[in-house]
Amino acid sequence: MSEHSVEIRELDLSFGAVEVLKGLNLDIHQGEFLVLLGSSGCGKSTLLNCIAGLLEVTDGQIFIGGENVTWAEPSQRGIGMVFQSYALYPQMTVEGNLSFGLKNQRMAKEEIAERVGRAAEILQIEPLLKRKPGALSGGQRQRVAIGRALVRDVDVFLFDEPLSNLDAKLRTDLRVELKRLHQQLGNTMIYVTHDQVEAMTLADRIAIMKDGAIQQLDAPKTIYAQPRNKYVAGFIGSPAMNFFEGKISGGTFTVSDMAMPLEGYDFEAPFEGAAWLGVRPEHVRTGDAAEGCAYQTEAQVDLVETMGADTLIWTNLAGAPFRIRVEGLTDYSAGDNVRIGIDPASASLFDAASENRL
Amino acid sequence: MVDTSASRLLDGPRGAKPKRSFSRANIFLYGTLITVSIYYLLPLYVMIVTSLKGMPEIRMGNIFAPPMEITFQPWVKAWAEACTGINCDGLSRGFWNSVQILVPSVVLSIAVASVNGYALARWKFKGSEVFFTILIIGAFIPYQTMLYPIVIMLREIGLMGDLGGLVLVHTVFGMPILTLLFRNYFTSIPEDLHKAARVDGAGFWGIYFRIMLPMSLPIFVVAMILQVTGIWNDFLFGVIYTKPETYPMTVQLNNIVNSVQGVKEYNVNMAATLLTGLVPLVIYFASGKLFVRGIAAGAVKG
Repeated sequence: MSEHSVEIRELDLSFGAVEVLKGLNLDIHQGEFLVLLGSSGCGKSTLLNCIAGLLEVTDGQIFIGGENVTWAEPSQRGIGMVFQSYALYPQMTVEGNLSFGLKNQRMAKEEIAERVGRAAEILQIEPLLKRKPGALSGGQRQRVAIGRALVRDVDVFLFDEPLSNLDAKLRTDLRVELKRLHQQLGNTMIYVTHDQVEAMTLADRIAIMKDGAIQQLDAPKTIYAQPRNKYVAGFIGSPAMNFFEGKISGGTFTVSDMAMPLEGYDFEAPFEGAAWLGVRPEHVRTGDAAEGCAYQTEAQVDLVETMGADTLIWTNLAGAPFRIRVEGLTDYSAGDNVRIGIDPASASLFDAASENRL
Repeated sequence: MVDTSASRLLDGPRGAKPKRSFSRANIFLYGTLITVSIYYLLPLYVMIVTSLKGMPEIRMGNIFAPPMEITFQPWVKAWAEACTGINCDGLSRGFWNSVQILVPSVVLSIAVASVNGYALARWKFKGSEVFFTILIIGAFIPYQTMLYPIVIMLREIGLMGDLGGLVLVHTVFGMPILTLLFRNYFTSIPEDLHKAARVDGAGFWGIYFRIMLPMSLPIFVVAMILQVTGIWNDFLFGVIYTKPETYPMTVQLNNIVNSVQGVKEYNVNMAATLLTGLVPLVIYFASGKLFVRGIAAGAVKG
């Protein structure tokens, strides 16, 4: 037995001349909640389908539970899968949906009844067992879909954007339930989404994908605080990170009239030359709090977006739009001057050429 | 300060806009519908009325007049006594021949085409698109060009003049359009369902019988209507690939109506034609309800 629940080695997948996945490697620990995050077309769902065995890989290997399943049928891989569209069989009752896979395994009736009962209890769908999917709400359907994976009693759960079809409130509720389910079951879960909030809240580790390659594989905190490259930095965080293109020389970042000393920034290696500076809107300090920051300046407020719990202030800095997020409600309005302070320790710097973190 | 009394309303339009039933649009709409209905129903009326008259009454010439004395003799004669060639047992022989052709042809062609369409929609294999294209091209080739080659092929396999041969021809010729029909329908069933069933361990036939079939009643009804009317009304294949003892009903009808000897018995001809058209008519009426119900059942989103 390997310590990894799922291992992907040098995975290639192409549709004709189009390479979707290129030499992809990924090790997923036992009991880990791994989220594959990326914008549409980045290959995250494709990767999930490869793991499930629904797509034939062009090259490379897939191991599940230490066994090479590259050529195995989906049903023999020890996985359960939940789809975005629920994919419930409309002509069968909820009970029929849950037991379909088990009947295909020619399992004994008592065993099927027991497993269906247990899954229904965990997901609290017992009163729905005799209904057809058409008579269920979106949230109930998704529960049944999860139940269908649950009854299979497998080690690995695959989720393909399971919450995307639900309304905002239900999505939040089911998200918490999923997290709880994971804590309760302790299975390995691989979860595909384009929603960064889902990714941040659910994941033990997030794999951010772009163009069929993993950009960064880390814990949510690390991804947020130390993005590996400019793509990851811009993708994670809402509102998005502010970027300035300038250059570093002698420990100072300069762009037009702005010169920011970089003391406190944790360089991976000393660097001089063209670079990107990234500052998260929520890391910008304003007013009196700006006191003591390594870099301080003033800017005029263009626009104020009030959201209740926080407020987004749009300004201009060094010739580029600059967003600042402040807690709670503020008295700033368009035309006011605001004092700004930036702490280099919380900023990110990227090589202008490779766009990798400095 | 909210004023709840009706006095806040001003004069002028209020509430739902009244609809006039004799508006110009309505007159045009219903006028067109009624005219078209008369255009189609009048010949049918003439046929039914004529088939219920005796010959003396027909010779009087009032084709729109209802029968003065209703007689079912023409229907009996058309069904059981009319002569074609040396046989004088009416259309009944042709009817049973047609049934023997129809049932296996419909069942066989729909069974094969639905599996074809399912495979082409969900189990793509190398060259499946090419195969599908070739099959579709088949739908555009005029039947006439293939008549003689098929005669030779049927002769070689010993089915020429046999009902089995005609069943084979109908099955083959139904393939392109039916496969297209089923492929498109199965493609419209969400692919996730197919994937979920594969994860659940169902194979090619398992998914076909347990997932796809139960969701596809409407398209099976459509295919059945197409095939039943098409095969029942077929004349060309029937007249070429069978012999007088196994002529289908349409061919026999033609032989009765177009016989040149003796007196033209219009009432018998009308009755015979109505009898021949009865099967497609019944299919339309019977399956219309099923069709709607099928669509309603299939409308539930998974």
